[in-house]
Amino acid sequence: VIAPSFVIIPLIAALAITLIARNKPRFAELVTLATTACLIVLSLSTFLVLNRQGIMLYEFSGWQIPYTISLVVDHFSVLLVSMVSLLVFAATLFSHHYMRIYGGSWNYYSLILFLTTGMNGVAFSGDLFNVFVFTEISLFASFALISFEGRAAQYEAGFKYAIMSFVTSTFILFGIGSIYSMTSTLTLMHIAYISPEAMGINVVYALFIAGFGFKAALFPFHFWLPDVHSSAPSPVSAIFSGVLIKVLGAYALIRLFFSVFDSPRFPLEVLLVMGTASMIVGAVMAIPQNDIKRMLAYSSVSQMGYILLSCGLGTPLGILGAVYHMLNHSLLKGIFFFNAGAVEKHEGTRNMDLMKGVRNPILYTTTLLGSMSISGIPPFGGFFSKLIIVMAAIRSGKFVYAFLAIAVSVITLGYYLNMVSKVFRKDTEEEMKTMVLAQPAKLAILTVTIVSLAASLLFIPGIRELTLDKIVDSIIDREAYISLFSEGMAR
Amino acid sequence: MIYSMCFLLFLVGLYGVLTKRNIVKIILSVGIMGYAINLFLILIAYREGAGFPILTPAEPSKAMVDPLPQALVLTSIVIELSTTALLVALAIKIYQKYHTFDIRKIRRLRG
Repeated sequence: VIAPSFVIIPLIAALAITLIARNKPRFAELVTLATTACLIVLSLSTFLVLNRQGIMLYEFSGWQIPYTISLVVDHFSVLLVSMVSLLVFAATLFSHHYMRIYGGSWNYYSLILFLTTGMNGVAFSGDLFNVFVFTEISLFASFALISFEGRAAQYEAGFKYAIMSFVTSTFILFGIGSIYSMTSTLTLMHIAYISPEAMGINVVYALFIAGFGFKAALFPFHFWLPDVHSSAPSPVSAIFSGVLIKVLGAYALIRLFFSVFDSPRFPLEVLLVMGTASMIVGAVMAIPQNDIKRMLAYSSVSQMGYILLSCGLGTPLGILGAVYHMLNHSLLKGIFFFNAGAVEKHEGTRNMDLMKGVRNPILYTTTLLGSMSISGIPPFGGFFSKLIIVMAAIRSGKFVYAFLAIAVSVITLGYYLNMVSKVFRKDTEEEMKTMVLAQPAKLAILTVTIVSLAASLLFIPGIRELTLDKIVDSIIDREAYISLFSEGMAR
Repeated sequence: MIYSMCFLLFLVGLYGVLTKRNIVKIILSVGIMGYAINLFLILIAYREGAGFPILTPAEPSKAMVDPLPQALVLTSIVIELSTTALLVALAIKIYQKYHTFDIRKIRRLRG
């Protein structure tokens, strides 16, 4: 009963906003806040239910397992959904002042809820074709959100992203068709049960890597991310970088290659190499950027590289690193894009060289904390997740990758400190202006910061066994995943 | 044989997306790729000498083609329709802003 409500609640709220809250942006905002707060509570309580009951299956409209369209609830998908609802909640709070200058902001809130619907659907779907459909739902909402500000560059970025993501979606559909012709089923658990070994399966892997890798901004497909992030409104960039590329890209890849296909060698090798490449390319491209949001976008490419490199190792420790880094990175990118949005509003430019310097204790402290965490300075979450990734690489004997991961994290520290000094420190003190931050925006930034500091506690062994280890178990335990199908058949 | 024709259609669409300079032609090429995939799904469902997948009282147990890919194709046609509508809307907006459909001249985002 829990699983469909994650999809239905935001969907109903989105439709209700378009019907009832027309031209009432305050009301639309309240509805969005209430919906996402409700989703946060729901997803956290689902964790407790999961601990009691184990992995859950929901079958649509009374059909039994081989014929049904199913939703699957396990720890990994609930983690993703709670990340989505937290970031959307914070982004809505932040949008309160940010979106005021644009007309029709009720549209904006409705689109954000559609985006949430799509992402929650992808996270819970137990059916390959439904993964595709929910991906498309969230992509439609994202095209509209990118071009929301309505300037020329926004339409250009939106069009580029729309064309390329539609092409890669046809790749995914091609892969789905091929899988169906091999197994005559689309239920993920059933595909895992059959585990197809036919000749053409490598083609399917390649199609899925191209399709979902585009959405994860994997190296040869990373070019859309900087354009999209610098064009979209800042709260939307936070949602995109924080959760959209992770749910549509990384989550789908991990779910397919670990739970459904039995961690096959060829695609994992590809993920390892491509992940390392995007880690390096993202970091190198981020150095010369003077547009603050483009720099953050290239940093996202680099951190997604870490996540996919860690998946590509294929060991349980590697998956632990990937999941933990996913959590840390989504919260940190939330902080960075909110701060970048506030700074951009204040300065009237995104170019860091032209900025006069901002004086605001909250922005300064949170950005500095975030920069230290993302580049791996010890007491913060980013350090522990990168440590796990490096450890995993060393344990599986891939010393080159471990060395590259450490080197890239030094580069990351370099360009983030450069950003902090350009934005917040200027030689002439008089030129700096004190900046007043609106209360809801302050609240949003502080919430995400506190949660990201709390996330670093997850590394402590006692807490880790209760949280992260269970998530990793839910990914690598294929037996439990398949047993959903075989038990359903026995009924 | 017919599968390779279908794959060829897919490649024609991909070629169009990658090489054409006009936004409208790119949108059409994307449409061609979508049609190729729909054709592929229908071909998967085809069985030699089978009828349409509806049970009729006249022939209660006849051979039928696989109905599931046909349902997928219906869904994917709806998705393609809405994508095309969205792309055309974006193309109109781009034309209003840049006064051209040529993607070589639409280059404000660099780096």
